Amino acid sequence: MPRLCFPALGTIAAMALRRGQVRQNLRRYLFNPSRSISSSAAYNIEGKNDNKSSKNELELAKFAAMSDTWWDSEGPFKPLHAMNPTRLAFIRSTLCRHFRKDPQRPRPFEGLSIIDVGCGGGILSEPLARMGATVTGVDAVEKNVKIARLHADLDPMTSTIEYHCTTAEKLVEEQKKFDAVISLEVIEHVANPAEFCQSLSALTISGGATVVSTVNRSMRSYAATIVVAEYLLHWLPKGTHQWSSFLTPEELVLILQRASVNVKEMAGFVYNPLTGRWLLSDDISVNFIAFGTKFDQ
Amino acid sequence: MNRAVTRTLSANTHHLRLCRRTLCSATTDHVYHATPGEVNDNVQPYDIAIVGGGMVGMALACSLATTPLTKHLKVAIIDANPALTNQVPINREDPPDPRVSTVTPATISSFKDIGAWQYVQQHRHAYFDKMQVWDYTGLGYTKYDARDVYKEVLGCVVENKVLHRSLLSRIEDTDFGKTIYPSRLMSMSLHPSSSSNIVDDTSSAEALYSRGRLAKLELSDQKSLYAKLVVGSDGAKSQVRELMGFKKTGWNYSQNAVICTVEHSVENHCAWQRFLPSGPIAILPIGDNFSNIVWTMNPKEASDLKSLSEEDFVKAVNHALDYGYGPHPRPSLLDSSSMFSWLGGNMTITSNASFEVPPKVVKLASARMSFPLSLLHANNYASKRVVLIGDAAHTVHPLAGQGVNLGFGDAFALSRTIAEGVAVGMDIGEVSVLKRYEAERRPANIGMMAILDGFQKAYSVDFGPLNILRAAAFHGAHFILPLKRNIISYASGEQRLPLFT
Ligand SMILES: Cc1cc2nc3c(=O)[nH]c(=O)nc-3n(C[C@H](O)[C@H](O)[C@H](O)COP(=O)(O)OP(=O)(O)OC[C@H]3O[C@@H](n4cnc5c(N)ncnc54)[C@H](O)[C@@H]3O)c2cc1C
Ligand SMILES: C[S@@+](CC[C@H](N)C(=O)[O-])C[C@H]1O[C@@H](n2cnc3c(N)ncnc32)[C@H](O)[C@@H]1O
Repeated sequence: MPRLCFPALGTIAAMALRRGQVRQNLRRYLFNPSRSISSSAAYNIEGKNDNKSSKNELELAKFAAMSDTWWDSEGPFKPLHAMNPTRLAFIRSTLCRHFRKDPQRPRPFEGLSIIDVGCGGGILSEPLARMGATVTGVDAVEKNVKIARLHADLDPMTSTIEYHCTTAEKLVEEQKKFDAVISLEVIEHVANPAEFCQSLSALTISGGATVVSTVNRSMRSYAATIVVAEYLLHWLPKGTHQWSSFLTPEELVLILQRASVNVKEMAGFVYNPLTGRWLLSDDISVNFIAFGTKFDQ
Repeated sequence: MNRAVTRTLSANTHHLRLCRRTLCSATTDHVYHATPGEVNDNVQPYDIAIVGGGMVGMALACSLATTPLTKHLKVAIIDANPALTNQVPINREDPPDPRVSTVTPATISSFKDIGAWQYVQQHRHAYFDKMQVWDYTGLGYTKYDARDVYKEVLGCVVENKVLHRSLLSRIEDTDFGKTIYPSRLMSMSLHPSSSSNIVDDTSSAEALYSRGRLAKLELSDQKSLYAKLVVGSDGAKSQVRELMGFKKTGWNYSQNAVICTVEHSVENHCAWQRFLPSGPIAILPIGDNFSNIVWTMNPKEASDLKSLSEEDFVKAVNHALDYGYGPHPRPSLLDSSSMFSWLGGNMTITSNASFEVPPKVVKLASARMSFPLSLLHANNYASKRVVLIGDAAHTVHPLAGQGVNLGFGDAFALSRTIAEGVAVGMDIGEVSVLKRYEAERRPANIGMMAILDGFQKAYSVDFGPLNILRAAAFHGAHFILPLKRNIISYASGEQRLPLFT
């Protein structure tokens, strides 16, 4: 599996830092505590149905219909579905190595507690549970969590997942800790990525693992993600992404480093339009995923 | 209707729970026998239901049983064939069964990978390293030699029952949790999508079925079972394919194959195939002094041939493999070097491969059986929770002995796909997982089918000019080594791209 290791990235990051624009962006990420983390507008479906005491059957039916969208592999979340086996292969291989688990076993993550931050409909949480992990999924949007719950209950292998409507920072306040903290395709939707990384790190046990994936802020990613995915292929609803809020790999490495997470491995996802499959590659110019370990401050 | 289901279900919950517990403690190698009056108590869903425990279905089971990532799966095998449950010993002294397969080196190496080849070796089997193909016009012939492709053998002829038994024995040597249902699939159903009805007992099989997470299968002995994934390995007349509405393309060749075992006075080490006006005749070594015959012709000729006396039949075979229908081919008839100059490049003339007549048949050693031939290809191999492998997905002309090899290729590819799905925590019945298998196998199978069908078309029409053309093709195949190498490696299952690349 092709991957970039941290020292190489450190150099890239150092080089990139010489560019003023990057420095400015970094300053925005690192020193802007006033912007609180909130869910992105694209996922903010107004959810007033918080009355837990009496179930509204009509609303339940609506959630189920929505659940068909999160879980429709040809629907708006098609790219996440298509990418899933590829990013899970990366997670499987890095976590098995880090936690010394046997990758030949069908459920290698048995005994590991994993939190999926920004779990959406649970596209990532469910496979993690099937791989044996004790999974907690959290999302800022109540409806997503309900949809995730409904879907996970369809399979006894995934019905053990705990879903909560909350944010990473609330869990930090509650002093929750996990062996591994995973947050895929979320950081580009939060208000303050640096603070978000601080929270992810705070949720990770010392010596544990943090995995983050996102879209690179390169011209190619602009073309690939916003123009192609949102406007041409209609894979994603228009306005899902704001290009200016994308992080470059070197920025991500730096803000994770400041949050006591050492990025050890990084890989890119490359889409092959002929096979419709995503491949892991060392090309991190569009989509990339980073695996890091938490060190003691 | 759903509400009714819910009600019966909650009433049965206690009963179901009990059953599940007993079933969990059931040991491996479980045979599910029907007891009259017993209804639907087997609710523990399976990961995979293999419908059709023929050679291809058993190859899948065996591969799953021996792969670390899949050996934990709960598998049901549904087949009424008594060979699955009642293993009569295979006696080496008996003459070989007329139903045999030519397995390619690629199949042999997959069998070795799953540890099944050692069982094949305990029974009668015949490797061959030479093959001669010629035709009745006397215009051309081709000899293939394993050495041309730097191989020890071109293939191995094995009785189907030996392949089947070897796979079964290998599975029994593992602690694989399989349940055999000695029954036939009658109907199967699938709920369209994860529908919204909420059922109290969320993990009961019936509830999961009603949410589209399980397929339900009903068997001829009134049993029913649930599975996340249903594999149709139930042969050319596949019920799974028909019940699930897979579209197919196909036609009958209006030809029959007559098969039987014959005996020589010496041992045969070569595979022989001659194209006759009515279709090809093949004679394959099967060990000791025995050979297997596959002779293709129209249905009328086939029934005539079957009703001949044994003595006349032997005469007809010897006639067809020698001077019958036309002269022996003479390699000097066409000047191959000038004919193929347009191909350019390096031509190697194999000088020592002279034409031979196959060893004479002295005796018929089995009954003669006749099968109608057809070509059939399912347009898709995979849909939600259902996948087709082997003859259920494609049947080909038995010309090059490829049929079961394509099926084995499917079985091993599907097993790999399932293992990959398990590795990344996918629901193995998800269509996105199954489509990966389809994407891998469809092009390979279509390529081989097109070649075999092309062969068949070329040889069932008797036009003067066409005869010269195909004789030319023979010469080409014979004399231009790289070309021939391509043909052999494709036929031995090791190349993915079609010929002439
Ligand atoms: C005359 C002839 C000669 C051939 N020669 C060769 C050769 O030399 N080399 C070669 O590679 N191939 C050859 N083939 C092709 C080869 O036999 C097939 O490709 C092979 O048998 C396919 O295996 P399968 O397991 O897919 O199907 P099958 O062998 O047909 O097995 C299907 C199984 O499914 C079961 N089944 C069917 N319906 C149901 C149901 N509703 N419920 C439960 N179970 C069911 C049956 O009992 C059977 O066990 C030949 C075929 C013919 C007809
Ligand atoms: C693109 S989706 C990714 C879903 C999931 N992680 C995956 O990769 O399959 C982004 C998700 O992050 C959630 N989200 C956005 N901001 C968040 C925040 N601050 N805290 C928690 N979740 C957030 C959104 O509600 C949405 O479900």
